[in-house]
Amino acid sequence: MADAANQIANRIPTNLVVNGVGRTLDLVPWTTLLDALRDHLGLTGTKKGCDHGQCGACTVLVDGRRVNSCLTLAVMKDGAEITTVEGLARDGALHPLQQAFIDHDAFQCGYCTPGQICSATGLLAEGHASDADEIRELMSGNLCRCGAYPNIVAAIQQAMGQP
Amino acid sequence: MINFQYSRATDVADAILLLSAHPGAKLIAGGTNLIDLMKENVEEPSRLIDISRLPLRKIEETADGGLRIGALVPNSDLAYHPLIEQRYPLVASAILAGASAQLRNMASVGGNLMQRTRCAYFYDTATPCNKRTPGSGCSAIDGLNRNHAILGTSASCIATNPSDMSVALAALGARVHIAGPSGERTMALADFHRLPVDTPHIDTNLDIGEIITAIELPPRGFAHHYSYLKIRDRLSYAFALVSVAAALELEGNAISEARVALGGVAHKPWRSLEAETALRGQAATADHFSRAADLLLQGAQAYSHNSFKIELARRAIVRTLMQAANATPQSQAHKKIA
Repeated sequence: MADAANQIANRIPTNLVVNGVGRTLDLVPWTTLLDALRDHLGLTGTKKGCDHGQCGACTVLVDGRRVNSCLTLAVMKDGAEITTVEGLARDGALHPLQQAFIDHDAFQCGYCTPGQICSATGLLAEGHASDADEIRELMSGNLCRCGAYPNIVAAIQQAMGQP
Repeated sequence: MINFQYSRATDVADAILLLSAHPGAKLIAGGTNLIDLMKENVEEPSRLIDISRLPLRKIEETADGGLRIGALVPNSDLAYHPLIEQRYPLVASAILAGASAQLRNMASVGGNLMQRTRCAYFYDTATPCNKRTPGSGCSAIDGLNRNHAILGTSASCIATNPSDMSVALAALGARVHIAGPSGERTMALADFHRLPVDTPHIDTNLDIGEIITAIELPPRGFAHHYSYLKIRDRLSYAFALVSVAAALELEGNAISEARVALGGVAHKPWRSLEAETALRGQAATADHFSRAADLLLQGAQAYSHNSFKIELARRAIVRTLMQAANATPQSQAHKKIA
């Protein structure tokens, strides 16, 4: 009986507020927040790049702080508010960072872009970057293999209100 | 990732009980290193005990004028805390030299001490590794060992400790507060991590069932003369080839107190009391710093690909001590080395 029980994955009810909407998922504990968002909630804006916390493509905001969702277990975030790239626009208007990325052509293939924009959203909220060097340093957890870095920095500066 | 059971600890005592009740269990807080290692099948805990909600997030002044930092304080919160920025800027600088903003938001200070080596062979389950599988051998000694240790190595293991924060904490003489089945105790951070000797699979002197509850900084913060210099293969978001935490107290140009710790070169933050003693009473000059570097690197042994690290470390020690003496600490954002 115990063995049989062990073979059935113990699913854990997990409440997440994702982009302002309460969602309840029954998850096996090894489900990452990234997989919960993509595979359970269909929110595929958040990207799986390296799946090891080295590229930043999976960056989302948890209770307003930017994190790597690939290294986060969803069950550990029970009760948290999650913001993904799908939750940044308001009333049909793009988030200033989304608009700035378009204005500055801050991407080529676009695969890293949702993570870049979520990470930059966290960076602006943290308030520790005041010039281009500091933006570069504090965005170093987001790789762009197309090499759009100069335009990404320019886009973030625009969103910060810097010329 | 393997399947595992999940428990949420209700308090520190509950976490200790759960650890004792489940021998294959591991604690999880930020998870940034453990989940990665589980995805690689390097760590295979039967159960994760979630301690992330325990009330260990305070940063409080101690009676003697030091600072007690709860084990679950995120790395970023510690680095940007006003008391750390003002009184222990060496700690802030070292933390901001490590990982990325996202990882620093997730990682706890207790977890930072518990992170495991980034030796590529430790991560690669297809290769022998005494740290991962005791007795299987060390692939690095005769393998690609450019990133590996030059001090305190053994025939069993030449891995390095990857933490930047620990290097600063070692220099400052921090203590680790620990709770376990037989009560509470504290340990000098210098004694927390072990050299590999013939048991490289045991990284720390934590006993089974013990949990880190806090890190304590002594009153002396060296806020005027400090620097953390990290040399790596890219300018950000990379582990150290060599890093140096330097802290001085000066009377005029004479050194009254000196601390130097090295990262990226050993299985633990590397200090030499002999080198620090030799600096006391001396003028803060490159010659004296060079002599201290010799003492710090006494016994350094290179392997086939990392002989450059000895000279790199020597120069980095002198440069970091000069930065500290001149009160021009290395910026972690503006990368030019002063």
